[in-house]
Amino acid sequence: MKVKMLSRNPDNYVRETKLDLQRVPRNYDPTLHPFEVSREYVRALNATKLERVFAKPFLASLDGHRDGVNCLAKHPKSLATVLSGACDGEVRIWNLTKRKCIRTIQAHEGFVRGICTRFCGTSFFTVGDDKTVKQWKMDAPGYGEEEEPLHTILGKTVYTGIDHHWKDPAFATCGQQVDIWDEQRTNPICSMTWGFDSINSVKFNPIETFLLGSCASDRNIVLYDMRQATPLKKVILDMRTNTICWNPMEAFIFTAANEDYNLYTFDMRALDTPVMVHMDHVSAVLDVDYCPTGKEFVSASFDKSIRIFPVDRSRSREVYHTKRMQHVICVRWTADSKYIMCGSDEMNIRLWKANASEKLGVLASRERAAQDYNQKLKEKFQHHPNIKRIARHRHLPKSIYSQIQEQRIMREARRRKELNRRKHSKPGSVPVVSERKKHVVAVVK
Amino acid sequence: MQAAEMNAVRAAESLLALSQQEELVDLPNHSLSASEDEGDSDGERKHQKLLESIGSLDGKKRWKLAERSEACLKVSEFNVCSEGSGEKLLLSDLLEPAKTSSSLAAVKKQLNRVKSKKAVELPLNKEEVERIHREVAFNKTSQTLSKWDPIVLKNRQAEQLVFPLEKEQPNFVPIEHVLSSWKARTPLEQEVFNLLYKNKQPVTDPLLTPLEKASLKAMSLEEAKMRRAELQRARALQSYYEARARREKKIKSKKYHKIVKKGKAKKALKEFEQLQKVNPAAALEELEKIEKARMMERMSLKHQNSGKWAKSKAIMAKYDLEARQAMQEQLAKNKELTQKLQVVSESEGENGAEEEELLVPDAVNEVQMCADGPNPWMLRNCNSDAKGEVQKDPEQPPEPVVQEVSESEDERPGAEEEILLHEFEERRSLRKRSELSQNAEPVGSQETKDSSCQEVLSELKLLTQKLNQKNHQSRKQKVSSVRTVLQVQKEECALEEEEPVLLQRPERVQTLEDLEDLGHEEYSQNKELPRPVMEEEKAEKTSNNQTDAPKEKKKKEQMIDLQNLLTTKSPSVKLLAVPTAVEELEDEEEKHQKQIIKEAFAGDDVIRDFLKEKKEAVKANKPKDVDLTLPGWGEWGGIGLKPSAKKRRRFLIKAPEGPPRKDKNLPNVIISEKRNIHAAAHQVRVLPYPFTHHQQFERTVQTPIGSTWNTQRAFQKLTTPKVVTKPGHIIKPIKAEDVGYCSSSRSDLSVTQSNPKRPSGHHKKQLKKISRD
Repeated sequence: MKVKMLSRNPDNYVRETKLDLQRVPRNYDPTLHPFEVSREYVRALNATKLERVFAKPFLASLDGHRDGVNCLAKHPKSLATVLSGACDGEVRIWNLTKRKCIRTIQAHEGFVRGICTRFCGTSFFTVGDDKTVKQWKMDAPGYGEEEEPLHTILGKTVYTGIDHHWKDPAFATCGQQVDIWDEQRTNPICSMTWGFDSINSVKFNPIETFLLGSCASDRNIVLYDMRQATPLKKVILDMRTNTICWNPMEAFIFTAANEDYNLYTFDMRALDTPVMVHMDHVSAVLDVDYCPTGKEFVSASFDKSIRIFPVDRSRSREVYHTKRMQHVICVRWTADSKYIMCGSDEMNIRLWKANASEKLGVLASRERAAQDYNQKLKEKFQHHPNIKRIARHRHLPKSIYSQIQEQRIMREARRRKELNRRKHSKPGSVPVVSERKKHVVAVVK
Repeated sequence: MQAAEMNAVRAAESLLALSQQEELVDLPNHSLSASEDEGDSDGERKHQKLLESIGSLDGKKRWKLAERSEACLKVSEFNVCSEGSGEKLLLSDLLEPAKTSSSLAAVKKQLNRVKSKKAVELPLNKEEVERIHREVAFNKTSQTLSKWDPIVLKNRQAEQLVFPLEKEQPNFVPIEHVLSSWKARTPLEQEVFNLLYKNKQPVTDPLLTPLEKASLKAMSLEEAKMRRAELQRARALQSYYEARARREKKIKSKKYHKIVKKGKAKKALKEFEQLQKVNPAAALEELEKIEKARMMERMSLKHQNSGKWAKSKAIMAKYDLEARQAMQEQLAKNKELTQKLQVVSESEGENGAEEEELLVPDAVNEVQMCADGPNPWMLRNCNSDAKGEVQKDPEQPPEPVVQEVSESEDERPGAEEEILLHEFEERRSLRKRSELSQNAEPVGSQETKDSSCQEVLSELKLLTQKLNQKNHQSRKQKVSSVRTVLQVQKEECALEEEEPVLLQRPERVQTLEDLEDLGHEEYSQNKELPRPVMEEEKAEKTSNNQTDAPKEKKKKEQMIDLQNLLTTKSPSVKLLAVPTAVEELEDEEEKHQKQIIKEAFAGDDVIRDFLKEKKEAVKANKPKDVDLTLPGWGEWGGIGLKPSAKKRRRFLIKAPEGPPRKDKNLPNVIISEKRNIHAAAHQVRVLPYPFTHHQQFERTVQTPIGSTWNTQRAFQKLTTPKVVTKPGHIIKPIKAEDVGYCSSSRSDLSVTQSNPKRPSGHHKKQLKKISRD
């Protein structure tokens, strides 16, 4: 048998010494490859179009709850495990790879208000409307054993939220006050309070772990120091903040999901001006969670959609919605930064891709190179009108779309009114207030 | 806000006063101040102490003053009893002696301070204190957080971030641990376990049943070792054998096959030698075979440098040692084949060719001739011979073959080869001698050593003659089949003239049967035209038939002509004059085609058209003059009347000369400077945000990033993604240890527990410091 093969003349590619320049089989003389801008433009256009063509973010819906999903928690050690608590007091543990519920616990009477996992992933805590804090084992009970919590703490008031410390066996609950608990004790080791309204949620800082942030019904966000057992500072916003989330890569940055349809990213050292105001939602923002890379975050809203915001952008880069998804109550970004889960009113947990058009699975090196190149091209030509138009195009349900239009008109009207007022009053008496400063009412030391 | 600030200032002041007081107390003696309580009684005691110290100043010890007495009638403000008189002790009285003695300066100072002291302020209310605590704590926290600033900045500006940040170390739990924690619970599991335990099947590491263990123990160590070694050996041998068989089955290497071939050749040679001893006739036949093989090889031009393989090797030889060797081998082989004959001819030529001619029949010669015919080396060889006669013996060929074999063996190193070589040499010389004797036989009537050999020779002669005839006929038939029917007549007459040319290669056709090769043959044959042999034959023919001579010449010329034009045509076709006509036809066709094309594009003068177009474009783009003359204004107007030149000149507004055209100096280009509406839709109108100047933006757009315009390295660098995440890896929040900071060794929880609800002393001090600032 004759084996045919290609053979090149080594004169064309072999260097005489190692010190010689590499022989280039290609002539990169720009005069030989004209129209590079237009060619790359076409490539960028195609890449952008393909991105939209392949944008199919919805992966799966986990159904099984018999009431709205009120809270979600990630497993700290296993990517495939997710915990969810519902409004009927049921807690479910899901396996994402199988897309099945692997365990069901009737944890509380009434709502499961909060759920959090221990940092080691062996157990998790729930708080409910029945004024209890319960600790559960992560593994299912063995044969013949009963489904029972490891510990149960009966409190005096309703707990509305819980979060576990990132390193120590301690957790924090919120309700009337913020309590810090040692796992071994039935009484809080310290409780901190500032003001009298009930507190919605409390979150530990994942980097400087002694810091806590909480948000209360009286429109304020309070920061606490666990070591010194004292609150640090309080910022009062226009409307109530529903929850906050700390940036996992930047110790002093957190984002607050507000009732006034916006999200506010704060530097905790300078609370009087948010670093960025993120606006795109058309209804109250109920939950927010950071991407583990700290570059983006996802927000869930009462307007039946979730949006993904870059940290440094005020507008969202992506919006996800489906016909059947109702008010989204909780949202989480998975620990490998590839997926997003959201739990909504209509009892389902939905799994989305974080990057809508990304190909899942293993990529060949050439594939990856092409992907990177396309990404760079899209970035390079993002300001060109036609590319921008295609890249920005999203289909929205009519309700959201009309709301957006309406709010745009309202905003424009407000702006015009302010302009007119400024025009017709003494110069300097109506100062120009930036969008960032507008929403902060006060900072209390 | 201002009110709050005022409050803060006041609080700070009060704290300052408090601290000053404390400092004062600290000064005289430390034992006292350490265990001091705050309060009003405190002040009294201090004062008493002060008095005591004053009393003890003038050397003598006045214990009386210090002693406590019962309550007297009048109690002074400072709790000092003055005996007898009810007069008040004034501070000035106490101070008087102090004026005289200089050693009391320190005390004086203290007293002055005491004098100037105000009343202690009220303690701050709880809220304010809390606020202060909060502020202090906040400042402290801000400070600790600010250590992250450089890292955050670095991460934000990083070209590429790879997550997860820290390297993960997978930890594997040994199976025993997993198993030990697991117990059978369900009935099924329990049943399975019971079964296992009944057989005492071990679950953990040394997976041997007690029975197996016992059997292991039963065998003695040496025995076991021996047995194991034996088994190992057997296994190894088997695996070697298998591996070898597998390898040999799969081998494709040329080298391997070469070696195998060599081995076979050697074997064959040995057999041949044996055969020679046992059965010379058979050996001769064998010899013939070998000779034939050699001839074939020489004919096929296999070892020239002209082949595809040889060419590719020649290119590679510069870099590849193996290729070089292969080339050299090839050349050596070629040389061998060529040299062999020379050696023979030299040795033979001297011995006398005439005898050979007599001895050997023509047919044999011819066979030889045609075997070597197409070989240019042979040609040269013949030329070198003065006579140009062919001197060949059927017995000669074996010699070079043998030598070849020996030479091929030479490549292998070793003493054995040398011995072999010697043997070969001896044998060769022996054979030569025998040949000589054979050659000389008819002339010198010497005794033949090998009579049987002679017989074989004669037989061979007959055989070759027959063969020749047969071949000749078949050849003729083939050629005729090629020819067109029209030229049958011509062929008839031409056949006889062709005869000698054709006669020279009957074997050739036998071996290379396809017609394609006939062309090559023709080619080679024509090359050999100046050969003396041909001349000789021609001469013979002329003597036979002189009338044929001019024809012959004519044909020769024709043949040469044709070769220049068509080299691949079959010889028969070439020989006849037909192809020239065909060629002419083709030529004509080409011309015709050209003519047609010319006619089709007769009116097209592209260059002139272009120039015209450009001129028009220039004209159209030129700013136009404005003529404002009004005919009939100030003069007569009407049909056929034109405004005067003067007037026209006056009212003509000349357009200003525009900027020079970009294609002014480019004769074969038209550059349109109009704005393209279609392109405008794709262009950016406003300078996008991060850019400050349009040039920046233009430059970023103009630098291509694709691999079409960049080297591979540059392409990779230009397209590195900003964030890289590994699928399936958990990305944990950044840690202080990851970025080189040491985190506090104490856990947050322990710190919280050790802290009382109120801030500690340390905290207090810091608080003071901050409030003083």
